[in-house]
Amino acid sequence: MYLAAVFLPLLGGLIAGSLSFIPDGGEKERKHKLDRAAQLITCGGMLLAAVAALVTFISVVLGGETGALEIFTWIDSGSMELSWELRADTLSLVMVLMVTVVSSMIHIYSVGYMSHDHSIPRFQSYLSLFTFFMLMLVTSNNLVQMFFGWEGVGLMSYLLIGFWFERPSACAAAIKAFVVNRVGDFGFALGIFATFLMFDTINFDVIFGLAEAQADQTINVFSGEFHALTVICLLLFVGAMGKSAQLGLHTWLPDAMEGPTPVSALIHAATMVTAGVFMVARLSPLFEHSDVALTVVTIVGASTAIFAATIGCVQNDIKRVIAYSTCSQLGYMFFALGVSAYSAGIFHLVTHAFFKALLFLGAGSVIHAMSDEQDMRKMGGLYKLIPVTYVMMWIGSLALAGVWPFAGFFSKDIVLEAAWGAHSAVGQYAFWLGIAAAFLTAFYSWRLLIMTFHGKPRADEVTMAHVHESPKVMLLPLMVLSVGAIFAGLGLYNWFVGAGTVDFWGNAIFVLEGHDALENAHHVPLWVKYLPLVVGLAGIAMAYVFYMFAPGIPAAIASTFKGVHRFLLNKWYFDELYDFLFVKPAFRLGHGLWKGGDGQVIDGVGPDGIAAATRNLARRAAALQSGFLYHYAFAMLLGVAILVTWFLVTGG
Amino acid sequence: MPNLIPALPEIFLAVAAMALLMAGVFLNPQTASRNVSYTSAGVLVVTIAIVGLVTDGTATTFGGAFITDTFAVFVKALILIATAVAVIMSREYLEQNGIFRFEFPVLMVLAALGMMMMVSANDMIALYLGLELQSLSLYVIASFQRESTRSAEAGLKYFVLGALSSGLLLYGISLVYGFSGTTGFDKLAGLFIGGDAPVGVIVGLVFILAGFAFKVSAVPFHMWTPDVYEGAPTPVTAFFAVAPKIAALALMTRTMVGAFGDLGAEWSQVIIFVSIASMILGAFAAINQKNIKRLMAYSSIGHMGYALIGLAVAGAADDAVTRSDGLQGLLVYLAIYMFMNIGTFACILLMRRNNRMVEGIDDLAGLSKTNPAMAFVLAAFMFSMAGIPPLAGFFGKLYIFLAAVEAELFALAIIGVLSSVVAAFYYIRIVKVMYFDDPEEAFDKPISREMKAVLIVTGAVVLLFIVYPLPILSGASLATAALMPG
Repeated sequence: MYLAAVFLPLLGGLIAGSLSFIPDGGEKERKHKLDRAAQLITCGGMLLAAVAALVTFISVVLGGETGALEIFTWIDSGSMELSWELRADTLSLVMVLMVTVVSSMIHIYSVGYMSHDHSIPRFQSYLSLFTFFMLMLVTSNNLVQMFFGWEGVGLMSYLLIGFWFERPSACAAAIKAFVVNRVGDFGFALGIFATFLMFDTINFDVIFGLAEAQADQTINVFSGEFHALTVICLLLFVGAMGKSAQLGLHTWLPDAMEGPTPVSALIHAATMVTAGVFMVARLSPLFEHSDVALTVVTIVGASTAIFAATIGCVQNDIKRVIAYSTCSQLGYMFFALGVSAYSAGIFHLVTHAFFKALLFLGAGSVIHAMSDEQDMRKMGGLYKLIPVTYVMMWIGSLALAGVWPFAGFFSKDIVLEAAWGAHSAVGQYAFWLGIAAAFLTAFYSWRLLIMTFHGKPRADEVTMAHVHESPKVMLLPLMVLSVGAIFAGLGLYNWFVGAGTVDFWGNAIFVLEGHDALENAHHVPLWVKYLPLVVGLAGIAMAYVFYMFAPGIPAAIASTFKGVHRFLLNKWYFDELYDFLFVKPAFRLGHGLWKGGDGQVIDGVGPDGIAAATRNLARRAAALQSGFLYHYAFAMLLGVAILVTWFLVTGG
Repeated sequence: MPNLIPALPEIFLAVAAMALLMAGVFLNPQTASRNVSYTSAGVLVVTIAIVGLVTDGTATTFGGAFITDTFAVFVKALILIATAVAVIMSREYLEQNGIFRFEFPVLMVLAALGMMMMVSANDMIALYLGLELQSLSLYVIASFQRESTRSAEAGLKYFVLGALSSGLLLYGISLVYGFSGTTGFDKLAGLFIGGDAPVGVIVGLVFILAGFAFKVSAVPFHMWTPDVYEGAPTPVTAFFAVAPKIAALALMTRTMVGAFGDLGAEWSQVIIFVSIASMILGAFAAINQKNIKRLMAYSSIGHMGYALIGLAVAGAADDAVTRSDGLQGLLVYLAIYMFMNIGTFACILLMRRNNRMVEGIDDLAGLSKTNPAMAFVLAAFMFSMAGIPPLAGFFGKLYIFLAAVEAELFALAIIGVLSSVVAAFYYIRIVKVMYFDDPEEAFDKPISREMKAVLIVTGAVVLLFIVYPLPILSGASLATAALMPG
């Protein structure tokens, strides 16, 4: 069953991928059949995988049959021995179930959304493979298999963001996502090496068992002695920052909106960005032994949460608003991990997966209705025309803003309460920034709702006349996800972070004694409990004031605080900064090395120079062959003479 | 009466050669050539069996002048296989050029006999006998195409220079005899313990090595090779490139290791010199060649350079294990060289348009389209000669270079690797011409059955050596043990 859950997406992806190579001979009928086959195979595969995941989940998590399923030995070299294994514990299974369910909904949705595209089999195949790599990542039982999934996810994100490769902007975004992730992956790889150095193994069980004993070890980095586990954890966290788009390595995420909308949903909800969060949670036995690393995780997470929320408030592209919202929510997850409330982080990850997928697919539905328009300034007045989508977006936004009883309420509250419950300075930092971000989250969510659905239509008449509700194949997944967005919080609360949490997680998550932020979270003052909801409602109210009742205010504010507005609009100038610091110098360096270094020095002296010298020698060598017998005889005698002389001179 | 059993294969072959000559004279002239040709091949194959049967450990006869051991068996097997295949491959060519006479296979058999005697020689006189029998036969078949001036010129050049080299060799032998008082290898081996030898012996050794170097066409005694390879009829070139080279190297090995083993530090200097010179010249001079036979001449010069590294190791290394590694590398190299070269020349023999041989490298253009199977095997041979894994040629070079590194002959190993990089250029250029250039007119078809068989067998050896290298490796190992006890 477990095998089926992980490998059905691979199978479906491979079959659909090979379908895309079958020539359709230009016949519409034939092409249509191929497309349909690819859709059926991938969607069927994903749905079956989701069912298999559910069955496995029940037997492993509820039945307590944890362990690992070994497939075969992968590498056996020296003291390094590792296998392809599927780890079966609560953390893995939660992720597997969430990934397969959300991904299968996205698969089905894509059937409708991509119906006019001309390379459907390729798209469906990528989606399935993306899911497969994510499953490899979350089920791995050692760091290298995780890295395999990690890189596979990176690769598929590259392919999917650049799916419409005819567009230069899509190609640029795909490259950016890949390159920025490479920075993080470099950290991850170094972290794996350091782990192997310290533990002489990269199998999770062994590492986790030894972590306690190695807690006081130091490691030599650039000839300084550092706490080994801190170094390892920080390196691994760099990897997590890349994949999960944390402050500094977040720049690829908004650009990734160049991909088709289902891709955005997949990246933001089910795969890719959650990988970093998952990784830190998975490695909780290591992170627990490094207070420095945990502090860094908390600070980065909290800073990202507020940073992305501020930018989200001024963006006009509907998908980019949601993208920054993801970035911000990932920040929440990280600071939850940072205060050792791993289960709260994962809880928020799961609920977020549902409502973020819902929001993205809803936005996709809007874009679909508006003939591929993504700018909210050109929308408005849509709620009567696409009522189902409208309702869905409301549900998603309510969940995101954390309004009771929607999913986000429970998970965001426990995250913030855990930050408070950490009783530490960084905990406070995270808590207050989190509260501020919660206010902004609610504000930009309703800004989005109001700008998109209310007010006078700002699109031209042709577009407005075209507006239509999406087909059922797109609405159905929305409804399924909305069920998750409404009930996931209430339904899972007890297992994930409530009274049943110890039994539920078992050994999957390790929390050091004394790190009891989660326990404290249940005993915070009442005002801490209500504050997130209050600021959320305040944010909603402010959005109504700004964009519905007094639409002049935003413009007035923007012109009063011109500098701040431009700063936010330009996303804190991160792209410009990186462009100046890394991209431009890299280009200059590359150009210099190419023209000067490679062209003149290496080619000139190396290949070209040696080739010229070789040809010259070859000509001379061939010229020795005169064809005259006496030359040949002379050469022989000369040879003998030289050799004899050599021996006579050197004395034998 | 000396014990004739160890020499039984040679005696059998000698008698068979006479009988074949008689048969050729008295049989129906219409079919004589063909029958003699096939029978010769059969006789050569039977001789392999006899060689295997009569040899049981090491045995000497004729007063110690003739020796047979596992080393001799291994090398003789290679020589006989190469000669038999050369006889088979030559028939079609000779028929088409109207020079198919029964003397040709008989001369090849006699050459093989000479080579076998060289391999079994355990005395300077026996050595010279075998060498001359071989050489005289080769002089004749080099100019077998009498009407062609090129063939006649090739034969003449080979003869004159061969005579010069024989003179050098005899002079060296007489010097050694003069300073040591013996010509027997066994006795010579006991004279120089500790590596002390009179200057006269050293000079004699240099002259002997010069004579041998001529036979293996090592630089600077190689000058005849390109001219003779180009001028001689192609099946003769195919024969020249393989069997005599193996025989001469084996003779060289037995003489140096067997008779002058204690002077290894001296003679290995000569070997190192000619080896480096051969590798470099073989790599560079081939680059500008347009004629594929000439190219193969330089290629074989280069290959002899690599093979000689093995002999240099056997002379220069300090410990016995490395020395025998060198010898084993040499023998493995020779075996692989034989298969690669036979296969390549089989392809060259198939380069015919309208019943005329073509020899230009350009004539191979686009072969992958006109005859993909042939292009594939030829490409495999070329990659193998260039020493590219996983083909057999790579392993030949690998063992040789490993032995050189073990013996700390780093200069040899490095120059060997670098020159094989240069040499890869012209081998791979042939592949490029076959696969990427616009097709020329197709070669004549159909390909005869025996040529197909030769190509399939040699191609299989080159491709599959990596899978099942054991026969060649263990054969070479056994052969080495005979020469280097302990």
